[in-house]
Amino acid sequence: MRNLWIFISKYNAFFLFLIFEVSSLIIYVKYNSFQKAAFINSSNEVTGSLYARVNEFYGYLSLKEVNDSLARENTHLRNQLKSSFYVDTLNKHKVTDTVYKQQYEYVAAKVINNSVNRSNNYLTINIGANKGIAKGMGVICDKGIVGKVVYVSAHFAVVQSLLHKDSQFSAMLAKNREIGYITWGDDLDPHKGLLKDVSNNAVPKLGEPVVTSGYSLFPEGIPIGKISSLHTKSGGLLLNMEVTLAVDFSKLEYVNVVDNKFAKEQEGLEAQQKKNE
Amino acid sequence: MSKHILINLLRFIVLVFIQVFLLKNISLYNLSTPYLYILFILLLPFETPNLLLFALAFLMGLTIDSFYDTPGLHAASCVLLAFVRIIFISLTVQKDGFDNEPEPTLNIMGFRWFFTYTITLTLFHHFFLLNIEAFSFSEIQYTLSRFLLSSIFTVFLILISGLLFFRRKERK
Repeated sequence: MRNLWIFISKYNAFFLFLIFEVSSLIIYVKYNSFQKAAFINSSNEVTGSLYARVNEFYGYLSLKEVNDSLARENTHLRNQLKSSFYVDTLNKHKVTDTVYKQQYEYVAAKVINNSVNRSNNYLTINIGANKGIAKGMGVICDKGIVGKVVYVSAHFAVVQSLLHKDSQFSAMLAKNREIGYITWGDDLDPHKGLLKDVSNNAVPKLGEPVVTSGYSLFPEGIPIGKISSLHTKSGGLLLNMEVTLAVDFSKLEYVNVVDNKFAKEQEGLEAQQKKNE
Repeated sequence: MSKHILINLLRFIVLVFIQVFLLKNISLYNLSTPYLYILFILLLPFETPNLLLFALAFLMGLTIDSFYDTPGLHAASCVLLAFVRIIFISLTVQKDGFDNEPEPTLNIMGFRWFFTYTITLTLFHHFFLLNIEAFSFSEIQYTLSRFLLSSIFTVFLILISGLLFFRRKERK
């Protein structure tokens, strides 16, 4: 402290100079409009470019809201798609003027937990029973199918993704509508699926798209992937083929839960039939 | 001591008057404007404490500013001038030699020293003053020519006033 004091008093001229100079410059910039404007403008060049950067960054932050609204809008539009409706004219042939009634309803959801590198992968979405989600519903995203809901709590739901050894969904070749079912590939590659039990009559080609068949949770024609290899173990009468999945499961962010209004009815009916057998 | 205070007070008032009511209106082609008031700071006694020196310079600058409607501009320049003055004097003058006549005037210090002293301090003051007044580099040529011509004018006036006042004192 003493040394500091000696130092300051030794160079007192300089420190006094600093004090007086700074105070007069403050007065100068504060009370002279031109210099004020010039000073502020020159600092604006700095702050302006800084603000532009930061705003760019803020843009990324608000992507969440933008994505939310886009996902909502997508869901809304999807709800109006023709493929979500089924033809209702048979029942109401007399007075009806509503041709379509909704069969599939979509609910937007955000993926809040995800995994792709385990042998059984699940993802968690941010909606649950409060939004009408129930066990067994299908989950899709804009690129293709994702999985099905297996557990539901009040506000969350757990989705068993396609990358699960128990997952299998009805699928078909897009061109000649030969049906089979899609499962995850054998080697735990999150980009590979296996299309099994396609009838021998089909002549699949490499790169042919594989879509959902409409026999299970999903509407018909939701993309699954493309055939990437035909040389897999063949089961005699039935063909197996490797499929490159359309969905990149590691980058899932927004999904839609598909509520098939007739799923229960269908299941109940089929269960009855099984019981009778 | 009280004599010095009185002389400097008188000098302060006279120089402010000259600067504000005479020299303010003189401007050769908008290029050369003398700022004679810095003579007050130049002529303060050697033994002035640094704090007092800075305070007086600041006060002088603010007084001029109040007439020029540029608060802070001349004050900042004068404070810089005071700082340069301290450095210049500490570099060129031995402290011990001034017991009876402790003022850096022309007739005490001699023409050569006083001339260098005036020119150095004036250049510093004017350069800072005019540049900070322009506050931009876009008209640097204009600012520099103003700086040079004003400096010449000011140095000229300071030397004239030195010759005017201090020769006569020497004769006594």
